[in-house]
Amino acid sequence: MAHTIQINGETHVVDVEDDMPLLWVLRDVLDIKGPKYGCGIGQCGACTVHADGVAIRSCITPVSSVGAREITTIEGIGDTEIGRRVQAAWKDLDVPQCGYCQAGQIMSAAALLARNPSPSDTEINTAMAGNICRCASYQRIRAAIRAASMRAEDARDASG
Amino acid sequence: MAVGKPPVADRESHAAVLSRRSFLSASVAAGGGLLLTVTLPRFGDVHAQDDAPSVLTAYIAIRPDGAVTIQAKNPEVGQGIRTSLPMIIAEELDVDWEDVTVVQAPFNEAVYGGQSAGGSFSTVWNFTPMRQAGAAARQMLIAAAAARWGVSPDECSTAAGVITHEPTQRKLGYGDVASAAARLPTPDPEQVPLKDPSHFSIIGTARQDVDIDRIIHGAPLFGIDVTVPGMLYAVFEKCPTFGGKAVSANLEEIRAMRGVRAAFIVDGVDDDGPGLLSGNAERLLSAVAIVADNWWRANKARESLRVVWDEGDTEGQDSETFARRARTAGPLPGEEIIYAHGDFDAAYASAATTVEAAYDYPFLSHATLEPQNTTAHFKGDSIEIWSPAQWPRIGQNLVARTLGLAPDKVKINLIRCGGGFGRRLKNDYMVEAAWISKVVGAPVKLVWSREDDMRHDFYRTASFHHLKAGLDANGKLIAYRNHTIGFHNAAGERAWGEFTDREFPLQVVDNVLCERTSMLLTMPTGSLRAPHSNGLAFINQCFIDELAHAAGKDPLEFQLELLGERRFLPVPPSGPHNFGGSIPTIPELHTGRMRDVLELVAEKAGWGRTDLPPRTGLGIACYYCHYAYVAEVAQVRVTDDGQPIVEKLWIAVDIGAHIVNPSRAEQVAAGGALDGVAHVIGPRQRITLKNGRVVESNFHDFTPLRIDQAPDVEVHFLRTDNPTTGLGEPTLPPAVPAVCNAIFAATGVRVRSLPVDPRLLAV
Repeated sequence: MAHTIQINGETHVVDVEDDMPLLWVLRDVLDIKGPKYGCGIGQCGACTVHADGVAIRSCITPVSSVGAREITTIEGIGDTEIGRRVQAAWKDLDVPQCGYCQAGQIMSAAALLARNPSPSDTEINTAMAGNICRCASYQRIRAAIRAASMRAEDARDASG
Repeated sequence: MAVGKPPVADRESHAAVLSRRSFLSASVAAGGGLLLTVTLPRFGDVHAQDDAPSVLTAYIAIRPDGAVTIQAKNPEVGQGIRTSLPMIIAEELDVDWEDVTVVQAPFNEAVYGGQSAGGSFSTVWNFTPMRQAGAAARQMLIAAAAARWGVSPDECSTAAGVITHEPTQRKLGYGDVASAAARLPTPDPEQVPLKDPSHFSIIGTARQDVDIDRIIHGAPLFGIDVTVPGMLYAVFEKCPTFGGKAVSANLEEIRAMRGVRAAFIVDGVDDDGPGLLSGNAERLLSAVAIVADNWWRANKARESLRVVWDEGDTEGQDSETFARRARTAGPLPGEEIIYAHGDFDAAYASAATTVEAAYDYPFLSHATLEPQNTTAHFKGDSIEIWSPAQWPRIGQNLVARTLGLAPDKVKINLIRCGGGFGRRLKNDYMVEAAWISKVVGAPVKLVWSREDDMRHDFYRTASFHHLKAGLDANGKLIAYRNHTIGFHNAAGERAWGEFTDREFPLQVVDNVLCERTSMLLTMPTGSLRAPHSNGLAFINQCFIDELAHAAGKDPLEFQLELLGERRFLPVPPSGPHNFGGSIPTIPELHTGRMRDVLELVAEKAGWGRTDLPPRTGLGIACYYCHYAYVAEVAQVRVTDDGQPIVEKLWIAVDIGAHIVNPSRAEQVAAGGALDGVAHVIGPRQRITLKNGRVVESNFHDFTPLRIDQAPDVEVHFLRTDNPTTGLGEPTLPPAVPAVCNAIFAATGVRVRSLPVDPRLLAV
């Protein structure tokens, strides 16, 4: 049946099965390739997108359950101030190795900073534990989140 | 392994192998400017057994407006080679890195020479040729400018893409003279002066991945992102046992499902064909293909698919059975002696102290985060392929043979790989996509589900080792026995990764006995990051730690004593470490280089500290592979309920004179070591075979390392005047024993079976 969904500020109508996961609607129907397939069971986080700013796993989110929630993908996260900061930190610190997981990592990091502007390293580890980086770029993921956080802002304010 | 090459016994001859004649050709690019084609000898491919062309070409294009484009020739799997090889060219070309555009070269070994990602070979083979390519282009540009000014080239200098006539301070941009340079004779690359490394401004400086913007914005980049007009999507349901065949299936029912365009049985091809590492499954397997208008529909249809399989013989194909048989066989004499010198039995009988231990490690899946996939477009008499492949030449031949095409009718586009780890040295998914495209007559994107990926891998082999050693009254190691209980396939080929006579410390012990017993394995095995070494470092370096304690010595001190004076270890009876073809022989271990990284890491980690908290310990280990000397120290705390927490890792690496891109080098070094950490602390880092099929299916029961398990890693590069070599693999092996030795230091419990069982470590 037809489903009306909001992706990165645009309205899309897709005629697909109710149980088709949002991930595959994005990738194969709407040609939004940023969210990645890694496991299909919500274990790896490569498919992470935001629904009203909250990180969700699009691979286990049926399109029929999206409703009126605003979906943001990696392609749209740069339109938010936090998203821009996270992407800039990712670039400054050259976080990726193969890069395949990084869209999901960035989306989880942006959601974390939206609800907790100054996470501790433990809080970072807890929030990011659902995102697998098979290359194990974890040390730089932590550093990039610190750099994009208000901890860094506070440090800059204190020193400046 | 010996293929008739003399041993490389010193650094000079190693360097000599890397220095061979090169050729240049230049042409005027379309629209003006210089297009320089640098044709260099092909230093071979780890896997080169045939008469593949012996050239290596680097493309440098300079437009009249000064824009510089450099082609990256090798597959990118996360090791950073797409960034680092062009950096080397840009350094000698003397341009600003910011002005360079890097593009991926297509797959064409007739033009580019070897294009593979394996063996940590890309840097060692390409470092000097890439320098020569850049330097030759620079020399031609200077010559063109000097001719225009009517001055001697010796009076000209370059910087950031600008040529300056020093006496008059006249300047010309590279773009201004690129077309003229293209008409000049090309220099002999061997005679082109290279920069004094002290003047390097790109090599040795941290540079971001050339694809960083695409990655952080989610732009299409990976194989799974490829789109071809009119493309359909496919899944390929293979038999859960290895080598089984599809007999029948409810295809009519599947074809009636929404979006399904085709469903058919593939008989597969029995011929293994040529291939490295016992290619017993790198061929088109029997399966059921389902093709639909999107991938989810194709995959969803599998839930309704009922296949009658001829599963073949799975008798005894069971991890528990293997372990039971190996434990029984271990203490007994092996089926064959693979290597011996001295008199082990007599020395062992005379030893003041003896140690006996049984070690094992499990099958592992590569678990690249991007599942295997390929997009293929069959066009009647040719096929175009987009594939994340580490070793595309084998895939090209496999596709050509299977589809009945000439290899040059198989065009392969190299796509950035979402991880490699050795999995994508195999091209089974490539031939599957090609076959499906041919059958349906349309472009097809095949994507494996995670379950497909985990259950149809070329697994790191499991292995069992029964070790015995004897020490004399002074704690000197005088007798060493290793009985490997491993595997062979139905064709009698041994699993990839067994014990060899090259393993330290065999070379420094007077009485050695290495034996082997083998069990039939139907599951295919292959290379996993640092093949052989990723398992053997565990048993060798943990056992050395055991022996140190038995001798009452500090493990570092004991290891340094074993290494002894600074020298190359002798070439073992099996011959030089040689892959055949034109690949440079890998020198034997140099004890001095190993001592140096051990001492460096010990210093950085504060080895010998006595202020550690309870149930916290340091472990040390070292390993030589892929030309690299690596020593690591792990600090591990073990909770009361037995959970090992790796708190910190220190790594010391000697890969020669230059670290091309320190940013990625540090990342890859840490990532490799963390891969090794995962082998130990898993918690479920193992593949289990039961009734001939793999039990694990996804990341809930096969667990890659997560961020909350990953310690910070300190990486220290020891700069030496040795050739610059690669880093994709060598930091993995020593991490495994370093963590296990730290667990022993923390708890007094030896980890002899991977992954560690926390119940054994609980208070």
